[in-house]
Amino acid sequence: MNNFEYSRAADVAEAVRQIAADPGAKFIAGGTNLIDLMKENVARPTRLIDISRLPLSRVEDTKDGGLRIGALVPNSDLAYHPQVEARYPLLASALLAGASAQLRNMASTGGNLLQRTRCYYFYDTATPCNKREPGSGCAAVDGVNRMHAILGTSPHCIATHPSDMCVALAALDARVLVTGPGGERAIAFEDFHRLPGDTPHLDTSLAADEIITAVELPPKGFARNYTYLKIRDRLSYAFALVSVAAALDLKDGRIQEARIALGGVAHKPWRDREAEARLKDEPATREAFTRAADAILRNARGFSHNAFKIELARRTILRALSQAAQASPQSQSDKRIAGKTPQENTSETGRPR
Amino acid sequence: MTATTYIGVPTSRVDGSAKVTGVARYAAEYNMRGMAHGVVVSSPIARGYIRRIDTRDALAVDGVIDVLTCENRPNLAGSDEKYRDEVAPPGSPFRPLYDDKIRYSGQPVALVVAEELEIARYAATLLRIDYEREQPLTDFEQARAQAYVPPKKRDGIAPPAEDLGGAKRALAQAAVRMEAEYRTPIEHHNPMEPYATTAIWEGDGQITVFDKTQGVQNSQQYAANVFGLSPDKVHVMAPYVGGAFGLGLRPQYQLVLAVMAALALKRSVRVVLTRQQMFTFSYRPATIQHLALGAQADGHLVSFAHDAVAMTSRFEDYQENVVNWSRQLYACPNSALTYKLAKLDLYTPCDMRAPGGVVGAYAIECAMDELAHAAKLDPLELRLINYSDKDQSEDKPYTSKELRACYRAGAEKFGWAKRSREPRSMREGSELVGWGMATGIWEALQVKASAKAVLGRNGDLEVSSAFCDIGTGTYTFMTQIAAEMLGVPLYSVAARLADSSLPDAPVEGGSWTTASLGSAVQEACMGLRGQLLRMAQRVDRSPLAGARLDDVAFVDGNIRRKDDASRAVSLVDAMRAGDVERIEQSATFEPEDDGKHARFTHSAIFAEVKIDEELGVIRVTRVVNAVAAGRIINPKTARSQIMGAVVWGIGMALHEETLVDHKLGRLMNHSLAEYHVPVNADIHDIDVIFVEEKDDIINPLGVKGVGEIGIVGTAAAIANAIFHATGRRVRDLPITIDKLMR
Repeated sequence: MNNFEYSRAADVAEAVRQIAADPGAKFIAGGTNLIDLMKENVARPTRLIDISRLPLSRVEDTKDGGLRIGALVPNSDLAYHPQVEARYPLLASALLAGASAQLRNMASTGGNLLQRTRCYYFYDTATPCNKREPGSGCAAVDGVNRMHAILGTSPHCIATHPSDMCVALAALDARVLVTGPGGERAIAFEDFHRLPGDTPHLDTSLAADEIITAVELPPKGFARNYTYLKIRDRLSYAFALVSVAAALDLKDGRIQEARIALGGVAHKPWRDREAEARLKDEPATREAFTRAADAILRNARGFSHNAFKIELARRTILRALSQAAQASPQSQSDKRIAGKTPQENTSETGRPR
Repeated sequence: MTATTYIGVPTSRVDGSAKVTGVARYAAEYNMRGMAHGVVVSSPIARGYIRRIDTRDALAVDGVIDVLTCENRPNLAGSDEKYRDEVAPPGSPFRPLYDDKIRYSGQPVALVVAEELEIARYAATLLRIDYEREQPLTDFEQARAQAYVPPKKRDGIAPPAEDLGGAKRALAQAAVRMEAEYRTPIEHHNPMEPYATTAIWEGDGQITVFDKTQGVQNSQQYAANVFGLSPDKVHVMAPYVGGAFGLGLRPQYQLVLAVMAALALKRSVRVVLTRQQMFTFSYRPATIQHLALGAQADGHLVSFAHDAVAMTSRFEDYQENVVNWSRQLYACPNSALTYKLAKLDLYTPCDMRAPGGVVGAYAIECAMDELAHAAKLDPLELRLINYSDKDQSEDKPYTSKELRACYRAGAEKFGWAKRSREPRSMREGSELVGWGMATGIWEALQVKASAKAVLGRNGDLEVSSAFCDIGTGTYTFMTQIAAEMLGVPLYSVAARLADSSLPDAPVEGGSWTTASLGSAVQEACMGLRGQLLRMAQRVDRSPLAGARLDDVAFVDGNIRRKDDASRAVSLVDAMRAGDVERIEQSATFEPEDDGKHARFTHSAIFAEVKIDEELGVIRVTRVVNAVAAGRIINPKTARSQIMGAVVWGIGMALHEETLVDHKLGRLMNHSLAEYHVPVNADIHDIDVIFVEEKDDIINPLGVKGVGEIGIVGTAAAIANAIFHATGRRVRDLPITIDKLMR
């Protein structure tokens, strides 16, 4: 860990001024990831700007009937917020699938968006990593890569984004509100996180002098037919091998709208709008779900240890869509995987049980 | 002893409140005025040489006191013998900062010493070290081709027993056969407390050391040897140890570096390793085991071949007993066992809870399950058919073996009789249900150990020994035995441990402490009894006149005649009559081996798994572990030992694996986020049963030890349950989703 300055920002404008003035500075809120990275000498900020007391901890309705979540709302508060539980249970479920109770108490909404990959090589300064040290190479491509990405990879980086919350936010078409020296702007969730390409050191489209102030959810919450299904190596406190946020708008057993976001498989929460669109007006059957899964995974590519993720993702998508269609979302406390994939050639009504 | 007051009674840990209130201090929690902090710099390369170390930037940081490297280190012993500790395997032990050669990734290459921990940690990042890299070999599958029989055997580890009959021929003629290869990965111990040493400079070359260790006298002798000091100049203590599981058996480099810095700088120094550094050494070696079993159609074993290859470092031949267990457990006329090592550019492996036994039993008990399946027999029935009343490796009967009772009690509690034999035949909704079982076996070891008992005039009793309590309940059972022997309340007894100046004891390991130290404490207290009776007989018109020790009982602070409880003298009165402030008695327990018996603990483990058929998500919903381990001194802490070991067995079956990057020769998942151990969600019902096992031969207490037996066989029971659920035999631990999908 290096020496660093510490300062506190009194308001958002001052936070922006401080970060704009020091290219080596980092914001700190819950610190659940940044402090680890500093201890490992992976993050070496010259200054920590403490934003934890900024007035960004409110959850409030928006004019259009959506919900605005302040960037400093702790993950635990958000997961149990009555409005979130009632209107966006997919988000609540994804939050509870992540980390541990202790970490969720500390972790903020904005910080969750900005957490770094858990790629072993990124965390180990004794190894090459293009994300940590641009140009040093990617050791994971030919190394220990069982946890790594199968979609949207580049020869320079095959890391995954570790968040569960973000997978739900991607499915819900959230927007990220940010403030910079030039004022406020909104970033569509899909555009917030980046694919690695040849600049894997850049995780997001957030500018260096911008601060996240809130996340906004549109009115449509898919509160009836949804699930967050996370498959991992132990039953809690592990990053996803594959996770799926699925949300369906069903009418008489036919899909009006489908949302499918994947975690654990790419450098960002993975959405495939084309595959989702193909489900429109389809019956909620295994055949339709299979076509969607195959479409989502058509360009998936495995590496030496993670090729299994392609089939696992396919099965997880199928089960998640089935859970959503049956309105039997995965419980995050009962670790039994709920439901059953509908058998071939049997259609399901999609009505809540 | 028949009726007891304390022995065999569930007793809360006497050190429990100190631990949960933070009063108990661990090696890294001793703060001295003027203490400096050392941070270890670890090698990023696995093999090669240090060309140059530039310490200028680090030394320029305000508050940095010194940077110790192979270039400027103080004098260290120059012969292997000086680095060989009590439990060292054959070879040339690692010497910290000794030379410029890099032997494994993570090797300590410098110690940065500073006034504050943060300064040392920062300065450690400023070291510029130029390495000459060589390509390491860490791929076990590749190294296996060069596996060899270790020329020199490790002390205390039985090499594979000689061939019995002709296994190959018998296998060829067997009506039922199985043949398979099993793999177990590198695993790390992961105690809560990392390696840590606080070395306190006392002046005059005297050093007091608080070390994270399982053997204070082992650390003392080692440090004295390495630095050429007289052992009386090195006082080592480890009153509390935050888990060790074997990794504290050998003194490790943080001890050398802390003492080195304290001697060089003439001030107190603390060195604590990071969790990441904990993952660079001290591990359970991976194994590849080939099993070939043959049986008659009725299930009687006719052939048992077990060939194991395990990994070791380039500089030491670490060895375990992996393959002897079948011979010690089952009756089989033809048996062939081999054990080889393959050298890698890794640190030397390290004993880890039931070393050898846990990996050997995994393969043996899965193979027995495969044989049962091939023979269309119930797996439990197959074990009973091949039950042995003698240890075939030495042709000796056991001091005791209540394994049948374990099978019976475990099966009954589990409901094994309701199992349907065919795989994939039990279901619950979308989940497949599987029931599996396995046998556990571990040596009932005993070692020479000393203890001292001191009784004060006011009735306070102190019992002590240099043994450590690594969290297993040593303080508590000593207290129970001493209280029982002298008939005083538990609160009158103070137990002292883990101080190199106390009566001699070896490392705390091998599940031998209760049997060995318990016996020594009992004997010391017997001595006090004799002294007390003689003094009690000096009381005026002593009601105990003429009584012999056999005639009296020590109960409720009194010595009283067994045939007439009204004839009694209190301990306090006896002490007064003797006109002494204190009486003391030392005793040394030396295990008696009559050469005619085999000594083992046994267990039967039954496990239930529920598996989502499509997604491969495994839940271990029930485990019953029935243990026969002689007399149980403290059923409460003993139960905790078995519970913890079962949890670990679940981890071994499903989660634990240290991942190696062979290009870099580096262990990669070096954190508790990425190296998976079970969490609460992974653990459901665990039932522990101790079956009655009377053993009059093993030692006067009839005690065997329960520190390790609980993990032996557990992973096999789960693997067998997974086969029963799915019909898929994954022979490569841990059994993860990807392997089940393959």
